[in-house]
Amino acid sequence: MTIFQPLRGSASSTAAPQAGRGSASGYEAVRASRDFWTIRRRFGSFVGPACTLFIVWYFLFVIIAVFAPGFMRVSVFGDVNVGLCFGVLQFASTFAIAASYRRWARHRLDPLADRLRHRLEGGRGQ
Amino acid sequence: MTGPTATSTLATEVIGTPALNFTIFAIFVVVTLVIAVSVARKNNSATDYYAGGRTFTGLQNGVATSGDYLSAATFLGTPGLIAIYGFDGILYSVGFIVGWLLVLLLVCEPFRNTGRYTMADVLDLRLKAPSVRAAAALSTLMVCLFYLLAQMAGAGVLVSLLLGVNSSVGQDAVVAVVGILMIFYVLVGGMKGTTWVQIVKATILAAGTVVTTIWLLSRAGFSLPALLHHAAASSRSGTAVLSPGLEYGVNTVSKLDLISLALALVLGTAGLPHVLMRLYTVPNAREARRSVTWTIWFVGLFYLCTFVLGFGAMWLVGDKRILSAPGGSNSAVPLLADKLGGTLLFGIMAAVAFATILAVVAGLTITASASFAHDVYAGVLRHGEAEPADEVRVARITGVVVGIVAVIGGISAKGINVAFLVGLAFAIAAAANLPSILYSLFWPRFTTRGALWSIYGGLVSSVVLIIFSPVFSGQGKPLGGTSSSLITDPRINFAFFPLNNPGIVAIPLAFFLGWLGTVTDRQPADSARFARMQVRALTGVGAERGGRS
Repeated sequence: MTIFQPLRGSASSTAAPQAGRGSASGYEAVRASRDFWTIRRRFGSFVGPACTLFIVWYFLFVIIAVFAPGFMRVSVFGDVNVGLCFGVLQFASTFAIAASYRRWARHRLDPLADRLRHRLEGGRGQ
Repeated sequence: MTGPTATSTLATEVIGTPALNFTIFAIFVVVTLVIAVSVARKNNSATDYYAGGRTFTGLQNGVATSGDYLSAATFLGTPGLIAIYGFDGILYSVGFIVGWLLVLLLVCEPFRNTGRYTMADVLDLRLKAPSVRAAAALSTLMVCLFYLLAQMAGAGVLVSLLLGVNSSVGQDAVVAVVGILMIFYVLVGGMKGTTWVQIVKATILAAGTVVTTIWLLSRAGFSLPALLHHAAASSRSGTAVLSPGLEYGVNTVSKLDLISLALALVLGTAGLPHVLMRLYTVPNAREARRSVTWTIWFVGLFYLCTFVLGFGAMWLVGDKRILSAPGGSNSAVPLLADKLGGTLLFGIMAAVAFATILAVVAGLTITASASFAHDVYAGVLRHGEAEPADEVRVARITGVVVGIVAVIGGISAKGINVAFLVGLAFAIAAAANLPSILYSLFWPRFTTRGALWSIYGGLVSSVVLIIFSPVFSGQGKPLGGTSSSLITDPRINFAFFPLNNPGIVAIPLAFFLGWLGTVTDRQPADSARFARMQVRALTGVGAERGGRS
């Protein structure tokens, strides 16, 4: 049985930290810590906009193709039209987002996560 | 008939040399069987059987994941759709690559950090409820079975084209052989053997696709505009194939159908259980991220090649000939290979197609067997108290049962357009799995009731809408020139739901039900569990590591 401060005002009464390493209240303390807050903020600041961007970009492609096919028929050069370029650009944007996330996470997320993880696991004598 | 090669006996036409095709395929089978047996020596712990000992590198698992993802339905179906519908086939294929970003950005690392073997592990860490584990296992099994059915149905159709087996009994026998081989891989090789089968298969698939693409481009003078020009010139629809509208732009229903399919594809990838289970075969979340990035490169490269192959088939084979061939639109790639490289290339592509079916069904079978043994048997029936050896034994038995069900299903589902069934599996994955995964990872208030409502809501609405859709009854849509309904008798029609894909209704409904079930739950969320979930998800504390790290 542990006692802890509910984080978001949710009046949870019992916590049963049986599974996993460490007590549940320990995790709540970590979650409230400044380092973890930084990880969460950084994660959200990349992943949120990136997800919004690729989903909007993809559905723009689908919706234009379905409801404004005339635009897709506009020729870029010869038989290559806007629609075909748009389709290939979907691939390019997917590769670009994947590569930039991988690089970004390695530099901006991993060092912080490692530091916090070592501190947590070290503190418990794992 | 279009050309001098077309004859009146197209339906019984045999291209290539069945003996050669069979030999190439047999080499693949022998090589992969040797690998499965040789990696199987140490395969008794649950981690070995379910997760290959967590020793694969990001690159290895990335290749294996693309092997799991690129099914025969994709390899044959997508270029086929492009060869017949042109641009609308591209529209269909883009969703398959874009959906991977969701896996990379939101799912792969938290998922690897908080689970052990299955999707239900992740939900269990957050909610600790056997009912949720059972629900997650049920939806996992349903997605696997739908996907398996698609693969096995494809196997039967392919046989007539590729091996010259035209008798119904002969086709059924080949489906049964595929089933027996797959059971062997899974029983003997476990996840390690299955992963190596995927790696071998993905490599020959990539090699075959890239070589054929380059070959084709050389015929067009390495000029894409020239290829498109030739393709449009030989299509019965002319330059209209290069812009949208042939398949999906017919009326409002078909437009909505495309949006529904797009939604299912982009959100479904992150809910496919056999893709998610792959994340556990690497030592840590960082390797999981690396492996998903590799998968994006491989899958993307493959789909870019399918554009060229699809338009190439339109140009060199012609849509009329493809549609009248035994496999319908699925025969575009084999016919193109025959046109380009004669019997040898045809044989190689036929063998690649079979290897693809075999590897994908093995991956699905091990996922289904892991979910049943780990979640249903050990987690629910034994309340988490089962001996690991016992659990693995149950997993092996389940693998055999799933294999038999797949063979029976594959034999009875012969003749359905395979690409469609994959779309349906994606819809269930997106509606039943994804909402609860995302909510439990990122929403502090999410409760057990919300999870149950969203999983069952997504599952039931997808399945019910599929049953009352044109895919099941009524005349269906003439894809590949024939009825795509499961019930081919046009007099039986209970297709009250007009769309072929239930995603546009089922996915928002499942997200809504997850929210509604949570906010109306009198039992509040356990904030301590959420804190543990989120700290573990983002830092990797307490995650099970692999042999190398």
